[in-house]
Amino acid sequence: MGGTVSANHDRSNLLEVRGLTKIFGTLTACDHIDLNIARGEIHALLGENGAGKSTLVKMLFGSLEPNSGEIFWDGKAVKITSPGVAKKLGIGMVFQHFSLFEALTAAENIALSLNDGSPISTIAAKARALSFSYGLPLDPDSLVGDLSVGERQRIEIIRCLLQTPQLIILDEPTSVLTPQEADKLFETLERLRAEGKSILYISHRLEEVKRICDSATVLRHGKVVGHCNPRQETAASLARMMVGSEVKAVERAPAEGIETAPALLEIRGLTRKPATPFAIPLKNINLTVRAGEVIGIAGVAGNGQGEFFESVSGEVPQQDAGSVRIRGKDAGALSITGRRLMGAAFVPEERLGHGAAPRMKLSENLLLSRHATDGKSFVGSGGMVKNSAVYNAAQRIITAMDVRKSAPDPEAAALSGGNLQKFIVGRELDRKPSVMIVNQPTWGVDAGAAARIRQALIELARSGSAVLVISQDLDELFELSDAIAVMHNGELSAPLPIAEATFEKIGLLMGGAEPGHAEHSLEMA
Amino acid sequence: MDITVNILLTIATAATPLLIAAIGELVVERSGVLNLGVEGMMIMGAVGGFGAGYLTGSPWIGLLAAIIVGALFSLLFAVMTLSLATNQVATGLSLTLLGLGLSGMIGTSFVGQPGVRLPNLDIPGVSSIPVVGKLIFGQDPVFYISIALTAAVMWFLFRTRTGLTLRSIGDSHTSAHALGIKVIRYRYLAVIFGGACAGLAGGHLSLVYTPQWVENMSAGRGWIALALVVFASWRPWRVLAGAYIFGAVWIGQLHAQAFGIPVPSQFLSSLPYLATIVVLVLISRNKRLTMMNTPASLGQPFVPDR
Repeated sequence: MGGTVSANHDRSNLLEVRGLTKIFGTLTACDHIDLNIARGEIHALLGENGAGKSTLVKMLFGSLEPNSGEIFWDGKAVKITSPGVAKKLGIGMVFQHFSLFEALTAAENIALSLNDGSPISTIAAKARALSFSYGLPLDPDSLVGDLSVGERQRIEIIRCLLQTPQLIILDEPTSVLTPQEADKLFETLERLRAEGKSILYISHRLEEVKRICDSATVLRHGKVVGHCNPRQETAASLARMMVGSEVKAVERAPAEGIETAPALLEIRGLTRKPATPFAIPLKNINLTVRAGEVIGIAGVAGNGQGEFFESVSGEVPQQDAGSVRIRGKDAGALSITGRRLMGAAFVPEERLGHGAAPRMKLSENLLLSRHATDGKSFVGSGGMVKNSAVYNAAQRIITAMDVRKSAPDPEAAALSGGNLQKFIVGRELDRKPSVMIVNQPTWGVDAGAAARIRQALIELARSGSAVLVISQDLDELFELSDAIAVMHNGELSAPLPIAEATFEKIGLLMGGAEPGHAEHSLEMA
Repeated sequence: MDITVNILLTIATAATPLLIAAIGELVVERSGVLNLGVEGMMIMGAVGGFGAGYLTGSPWIGLLAAIIVGALFSLLFAVMTLSLATNQVATGLSLTLLGLGLSGMIGTSFVGQPGVRLPNLDIPGVSSIPVVGKLIFGQDPVFYISIALTAAVMWFLFRTRTGLTLRSIGDSHTSAHALGIKVIRYRYLAVIFGGACAGLAGGHLSLVYTPQWVENMSAGRGWIALALVVFASWRPWRVLAGAYIFGAVWIGQLHAQAFGIPVPSQFLSSLPYLATIVVLVLISRNKRLTMMNTPASLGQPFVPDR
């Protein structure tokens, strides 16, 4: 937009935001935000978790009311009082936490956000046509509850496109996608840009911002700290703007003497039948994690990782007690509490509703997961909870992991995703477990927080614990693992030492190629 | 032949109030609100209906009053749970307790008074046809209302956009809110509709079933209606089936007791409950369908963040 005179609200900008402010209690989530989005550009909104990105876009979409500030659409001052108003103006939104209804079909979900009275069948036909023209095939009659996250996101995007918006807001769209699905999304976005639509792209993945965005606005602690052209920046310089200081690269000292270290977690012939029609069966999984090492498990989502985590954590105990051994003792038949008492700790994939009870305070969530292992310090005589001890422990974790929050002891649901994840990982690390199993440790977590979590996991391993990390993020696994195994269709490959592992080798295994599966295929034959 | 027809007629009369109250509660629960005050709204409808009918002499005005009283009483619940976001279970239970007490107090002067009864449909020449005439053209007006209501609710929920919106709110009020749907407004209307239905069901008790006022005359029917909704996995035609199974076994066991069948009467009295549960559990074995039809946000208070 070089050379435009800054006449107050020139029409070259589709959207202008001036001094937008939102205050929650004592926390200023957005502090006098200025933002310009030109026509036909992909504009990145960068920032760490809790920097105010989601709050800002919720105000642009009318789901939150700003305390002060102005919004200009097409040069005219507007008040966006509800999502309906935003839609009428031509603003569409693809949410981070999908706003879909699981019990309804794709077509019904789409119909709900279109305010015309056309019958479902017409909408289904339109959605099908549009989805194929953008190369995002979609079956309008399928039930959302049965779909993968990638497919769900397609519904959101198609739903948004059917409203023919001028501005599309995407909130962390790739955090749930495989690399292939993400590529598909980028193609779609570039096509939309070519059609003259504007896109506000929220992300903390710097490489993809550099790849597809034309300009960027960076937020930190609720304030704009800079506007830039991401193509002229490096990932490191963008990260510096976001975090405000150098992001420390994760350091991994070489693990020594692992071969002779005791095996703290052993999985022997773990097999599991599918519990529901949509579940993946586990087929004869073998894995050993020794004291001092981090083993990573890669794989495309939905290849049995969830089922594997459930079996290893004890959410679903096994028939065969020897199939999971912790510190040399059979643990397969024990519940999650039994396994915790043996020195294991677990961080599940879903933060809200699984890793933490959303409507309970952080200190209460701490007590829920550690009442058995820390019975002595948290529970007094006669079974009375020592509230102050629990509260102090929660504060200790909050300080150790730099959890940002708006109240001393907020409800879990009040924290942003990354901050809650820091708390949940910190809650388990605080116990100094000898076996730590983490599923998707930094899902939807920004660079600064992710580096902190990864570093903490490596340090835990080097201090003599066994760490098992399940992740879809290959960069992450290469950063922190000493060896990487791949899960495909319920089978686990032999771990590949990190010195021998390449993206290509792991990628092939993720796609179901056989090299690492040699042992299994012989047994199965 | 006449006996069979009479038994069928009594079954319909027993099933009608259950069906109406349950259909109303089904709409409420589909919107994600659990109103345990059905019994209270029903008994208020019964006393209101009887009172208005008794004072004006018109059973039709009585029926209208029953509907209005039920709706107004549910408004109390709506204000508490939707505007003030109180706990739905506790509020619903208090509504029932309040209804039972309040109706007893209002009704003291009505006890023992002769009531008015809604006349049965009587189409000259048609209603007198043997069997069919009486069953199809000779029942009380509320019976026809109950059948029409069930069909209308089915059509509304599964064939109209507004019905789809209501179901979506029951599935996830946060998603609905994010789309700009007025969650609270929809829920208010659903709760008031449920109250009106419960009131109408109560009116049926005091203006058709037994046209008089007896304290506590709803006798747990509100609770049965609530259970029917759950066991019918929130589907209207199953509520209809459940209400009629309950009514049939209820009447059947009364006759069995009268004949002196050598089975403990307590067992016979519990049969309607057992039979209804067994049948409805059997027809809702399909897990997937049950999952699709269960309102996932049922009973959760909704406070929009703004």
